[in-house]
Amino acid sequence: MERFVYLDNAATTRTAPEVVEAMLPYFTEKYGNPSSIYEFASGNKDVITSQRETIAEVIGANGNEIYFTAGGSESDNWAIKAAAEAYAGKGKHIITTKIEHHAVLHTCEYLEKQGYEVTYLDVDQDGIVKLDDLKAAIRPSTILISIMFANNEIGSVQPIREIGAIAHENGILFHTDAVQAFGQIPIQVDDCHIDMLSASGHKLNGPKGIGFLYIRKGVKIRSFIHGGAQERKRRAGTENVPGIVGLGTAARRAALSMDERAAKEIKLRDHLIERVLNEIPFSRLNGHREKRLPNNANFSFQFVEGESMLIMLDMKGICASSGSACTSGSLDPSHVLLAIGLPHEIAHGSLRLTLSEETSMEDIDYVVDSLREIVERLRNMSPLYEDFIRKNSNK
Amino acid sequence: MYTEKVMDHFQHPRNVGEIENASGVGTVGNARCGDIMRIYLDIDENQIIRDVKFKTFGCGAAVATSSMATELVKGKSVQEAMAVTNKAVMEALDGLPPVKVHCSLLAEEAIHAALWDYAEKNGIKIEGLDQKPKSDIHEDEDEEY
Repeated sequence: MERFVYLDNAATTRTAPEVVEAMLPYFTEKYGNPSSIYEFASGNKDVITSQRETIAEVIGANGNEIYFTAGGSESDNWAIKAAAEAYAGKGKHIITTKIEHHAVLHTCEYLEKQGYEVTYLDVDQDGIVKLDDLKAAIRPSTILISIMFANNEIGSVQPIREIGAIAHENGILFHTDAVQAFGQIPIQVDDCHIDMLSASGHKLNGPKGIGFLYIRKGVKIRSFIHGGAQERKRRAGTENVPGIVGLGTAARRAALSMDERAAKEIKLRDHLIERVLNEIPFSRLNGHREKRLPNNANFSFQFVEGESMLIMLDMKGICASSGSACTSGSLDPSHVLLAIGLPHEIAHGSLRLTLSEETSMEDIDYVVDSLREIVERLRNMSPLYEDFIRKNSNK
Repeated sequence: MYTEKVMDHFQHPRNVGEIENASGVGTVGNARCGDIMRIYLDIDENQIIRDVKFKTFGCGAAVATSSMATELVKGKSVQEAMAVTNKAVMEALDGLPPVKVHCSLLAEEAIHAALWDYAEKNGIKIEGLDQKPKSDIHEDEDEEY
């Protein structure tokens, strides 16, 4: 099969050619260390500052509130661990949700072992945090609320403004993992009372290995990487200049194209959802119908298993992902799908398709046609489907 | 991730289907973990496996190991089928990734479960099959959640 359709843009994206082009001079020509004093290198200090400002502008922050990191996971680790340490005097309670990325969940589990208490909020059947639950979970000892902007698996967008307001009213630090949302949907840190925000370059057509943590001025969290004076002494290590230029270029590009891109993706996404639900029996959409990322669709197909689907899609040149146990490397399917109340066997049959600006209507139609055939083929060899048909014909 | 043989058996699984009035049927695994295998055996009066079919809900390795297991027991005697171990299935597939070894165990158990059902139906004992395979699922058992 000649066709290639990449629908795994939540995993990573193609680095945009203009991003690569902007980065290239910083490898072979302008390779100086930004901390060096001579003229050859000093321009690199300025370029970092200007990228910082570009990024800050996208989220309504100041340049000196943007700290470059190696990516989303580092940003999450830093925000949560450093905040926990800095505010331990006030209390040792953290609130997060059951649907966070593992970079947040496993960091919280680590802190639990260090004597912190963590509340993992449930979500509703659409994968949205319940504000009353959040309010009820707040204690005098709560020092941090960490809730993702949008979920990486089912795309559900959280009521971040309301969550931020609750955190603010209660004088609690608010961190959001915006790795999936940054560059995809509008984010304004002041409007949402966000104190810390994690983002990553490679989810928005930027390079891998670069991200940032926004830290609101006045938030007293310390260095995560100790060493030199880079990043206002809060994150040591020679700056990844090409990466920073790539991230800045990608952020500007994403901000400029956001409205048009989202409109196009929503149209394609809705076409995809409609066709799948109409044409493939015993399928369901996971996540909220409207409150979801423009490029995310997540389905469950009863009686079939995710990895088998992925291999068959791969044979047709289609890249996708699944929350089945076989793809998660454990016996349990995705924690996000379980958190929205799916039984294990339905969660095993999940499929995530995430679009990009390059996705076409022909791609979507090709994927649905292929999927219909694959699901049917797998059902024909599924003992669960056999039992289901038998049970229903006996009735 | 998978060998060519595994991919071949996944893409072109042998002996998929059901056998009506089978001599023995065994279903193993559970939906919680994402793997269920069902094997149907048609065994003649000389205890030779005349035909075998399978249905599997599971990953690529689960489908491939079921397919290979059916190939390995087809035409064999009941005693010969007992000798088809998970290791034999794995070897025949040129190996499996370590996390998928349990799929081959499931395939072995599925064969054993179908043989157990055959033995029970016919009131006989099969040497080496002293107790009901442990992950056998009873047909009308309720699902677990």
